[in-house]
Amino acid sequence: MSAVVEWGPFCTGDWKDYLGYVPRYGWIGDNCHHGEREVYELKSGTRRSPLRRWGQLSSRVPCLFISFLLALLGAETTGAQMPDPEKPVSILSGSAGYFTNVTGGQAQLNPKTSPVLLLPIGDRWLIESRGEFEGDFRRTGGTGAYAGPVNKHLDYFELDYIANRYLTVTTGRFLTPFGIFNERLYPIWIRSLQPDPLIFPIATGSSDGAMLRGGFRLDAKANMNYAAYVSVTSIGLGGVESQRLAGGRVGFFLPGPRIEAGASWQKLLQDERSNAFGFHFAWQPVRLPLNLRSEYARSFQGSGYWIEGAYRLTQVSFWQKAMRHMEIAARAQQFFIGQISYNDAQQYGLPGVSTREGDLGLNYYLHDGLKVAASYGRQFSSDGNLNLWTVGLAYRFAFPLGRLGAQ
Amino acid sequence: MKATILAIVWSVLVLVSLGAAATPPGKNANTVAAIVTNNDNADTMRVQGELRFLTNCGRCHAAPHTLPPRMMPTIVRHMRVRATITDEDMRLVLFYMTQ
Repeated sequence: MSAVVEWGPFCTGDWKDYLGYVPRYGWIGDNCHHGEREVYELKSGTRRSPLRRWGQLSSRVPCLFISFLLALLGAETTGAQMPDPEKPVSILSGSAGYFTNVTGGQAQLNPKTSPVLLLPIGDRWLIESRGEFEGDFRRTGGTGAYAGPVNKHLDYFELDYIANRYLTVTTGRFLTPFGIFNERLYPIWIRSLQPDPLIFPIATGSSDGAMLRGGFRLDAKANMNYAAYVSVTSIGLGGVESQRLAGGRVGFFLPGPRIEAGASWQKLLQDERSNAFGFHFAWQPVRLPLNLRSEYARSFQGSGYWIEGAYRLTQVSFWQKAMRHMEIAARAQQFFIGQISYNDAQQYGLPGVSTREGDLGLNYYLHDGLKVAASYGRQFSSDGNLNLWTVGLAYRFAFPLGRLGAQ
Repeated sequence: MKATILAIVWSVLVLVSLGAAATPPGKNANTVAAIVTNNDNADTMRVQGELRFLTNCGRCHAAPHTLPPRMMPTIVRHMRVRATITDEDMRLVLFYMTQ
């Protein structure tokens, strides 16, 4: 079957209709019984003062909120139709790896696996989940057999509803969208350097609640993406804890120069009731196989940044057969302790004191989903300077959970 | 305080969504339609799909080895949510990955 036949509806007008239909939202004002009056006032010059109008705004917020949801959920019903040539199948995917870490002379064996379950329902729904099983095996007293706990954690278990091209509604347990590392770069087969950034625990992790998110084209040169979420407190069940908080992230991506920049914000609605905010930046030059990424985060726990570059040696002119599978990566980072004690910081997974660290790594891709990774890092702090060595293997897998049909 | 925060968040979202939705159809998200209408050519769409793949997916990972066509819509839908890929990019990437 040719591509044109398979994608018939995609290429014969339905596609244009689908993309071309963008509803007008004038009815939002009409529903609130304000729209016509505002048009009249604007035309006749009898519009009220901004201050009085601002006073009325608070009474309109619920109206706006309801209108917003109705507009996004109800409008553009054709917006998320999937022109799939075949029905999507459920998938068991994820990653598995085995790493040996030597931190300050102490060896740690670290096998881990993160299965990802993807269950598509109809054209708009998706149930997705990721668990994490991670061994932390050490020698007690530097001798004897390696032993230790296997940590189990549910990273996310969420139901996604693709309402239209602008909005996806997510409920359940989801990865907290703060910065880019937590959602996009965390899997071991994706990350260029295996150690987490020092600031990674700030405002990330998982949340239990609801989220609105989406990405859309602003014009030919820029895309915008956003996420807004609320989370409730979840305690008492190991591996699925969450905090009561609200937050959001907004980012702009320029497809031409491949630059993305964005900001995140989070308000903790319990305990310290503190604010956290962060910025992220990523650049992938078109002419170079180079990935530059950076994040900054600040909260009451502390602040810091990391800058990372990963260069794939595909353009090296010698030993091309081996070099094209190779990637070198480097990261510079700094963490400044905030208004918390040494022990509290360590409980959050942060360094107990202000810390600087530099990392250098080498990845060899045996194929796209299997790589050998090695890295060396040097950490500087008032606690003492450390060497951090990591070597291991990361593998990504994907299996269908159903019949694939005729190929 | 909580109500204020939520009101601010929702107001921003209202503005963002309405602003995007109010853009004239011809200027927004219609690139694929233009490609299909003007070229009516699967090759062009494949090229565009590859470009969108490199631009969006290639920022984090390399192209996967060939997967069965029924797996790709699931993976692309997952990545649309995870990486907030635009609807247009998702469709072109899916076209590219299933050809």
